Amino acid sequence: MAVEVRIPTILRPYTGGEKSVDGTGGTLDDLFCDLDSRHPGLRERLVEGGQLRRFVNVYLNDEDVRFLGGLQTALSEGDDVTILPAVAGGAPGHR
Amino acid sequence: MRYDCLLDSVGRTPLVGLPRLSPSPQVRLWAKLEDRNPTGSIKDRAALAMVQAAEDDGSLCPGDTILEPTSGNTGISLAMAARLKGYDLVCVMPENTSPERSQLLRMWGARIVYSAAAGGSNEAVRVAKEMAADHPDWVLLYQYGNPANAEAHYRGTGPEILADLPTITHFVAGLGTTGTLMGAGRFLREHVPGVQVVAAEPRYGELVYGLRNIDEGFVPELYDASVLTTRFSVGPRDAVRRTRELLHTEGIFAGISTGAILHAALGVAGKAVRAGERADIAFVVCDGGWKYLSTGAYDGALDEVESTLEGQLWA
Repeated sequence: MAVEVRIPTILRPYTGGEKSVDGTGGTLDDLFCDLDSRHPGLRERLVEGGQLRRFVNVYLNDEDVRFLGGLQTALSEGDDVTILPAVAGGAPGHR
Repeated sequence: MRYDCLLDSVGRTPLVGLPRLSPSPQVRLWAKLEDRNPTGSIKDRAALAMVQAAEDDGSLCPGDTILEPTSGNTGISLAMAARLKGYDLVCVMPENTSPERSQLLRMWGARIVYSAAAGGSNEAVRVAKEMAADHPDWVLLYQYGNPANAEAHYRGTGPEILADLPTITHFVAGLGTTGTLMGAGRFLREHVPGVQVVAAEPRYGELVYGLRNIDEGFVPELYDASVLTTRFSVGPRDAVRRTRELLHTEGIFAGISTGAILHAALGVAGKAVRAGERADIAFVVCDGGWKYLSTGAYDGALDEVESTLEGQLWA
């Protein structure tokens, strides 16, 4: 499943400055592993102990994956994934 | 409908169907027109309820000064109520809000203290709390933690929607103070088995978020994640695109935050269609578009509007 992943400024050092990169995977977890193969170190900034890191929010087609299936959320062709640091209004409920 | 005074006319807003935007006869969208409140926004409900509660418990007395952190609409509602009831009002507002909001606040006689753009509403909250400590005689209503805010929606918005749409399956509203979602969401959950409570959160540019440390994340005291079934994060481009779509297809002239809410509503509508389920989706039209005309949101190239809104608190 090819999806587009939007990368926040703070993580762009891992993507050579790219704002958005393409990746593949049947789940979000697979996608992050795939991204890590080309952008080493990225996955560790997103995942800790098999879960999304506390201060990271990930959105699938603008919907918070924590309300979907977390890292096991299934992806479909053409999906749009956005990674954001969880700050301010971005954090409620995930402290 | 007749009321003894303007303050009494808050609420009881229309719920209108959107036959052109609804994806099918089985999956329907309904707009709760909160711009039909006395000062033109949903915030009249919370503001008037907070003033009433403070008067009732004796913390707010004639001649007092009210202090409130606000990105605009709550301040405008409070300014109107303060004028009618004889209070002074000091609003702490981020400097990166549309000029119309400042004009409206001053028009009703409010004093504005601007907080720094970086940090957005969180910074306004911080400054207001500091000012409250320096002025113990001022009354900080504090919409982010005042139970009267959510209560106004538990008693008003929620029951009104259920009365008009007993077949409701989804309620979609903006996530700011969280008062609308907590209040109406709780009411609907208590009365409609399986109802979905969907939050649409504005996604601001990095100018608003950039300078913040992640440990400074601010969660409104009213917020209870268990009331929500899901949450969307919507950027300015989609919010503006949907605001225009609502205007062009259904004739509703709404503010930009409503576009973000509609984006989430269409997201859950699409899921219902794909799952072959029926849905009656009610979403909130928070305010009209008047206060946002200067942003250029209603005409011109999307790229331009997006860059204009990049550093602004548009919701």
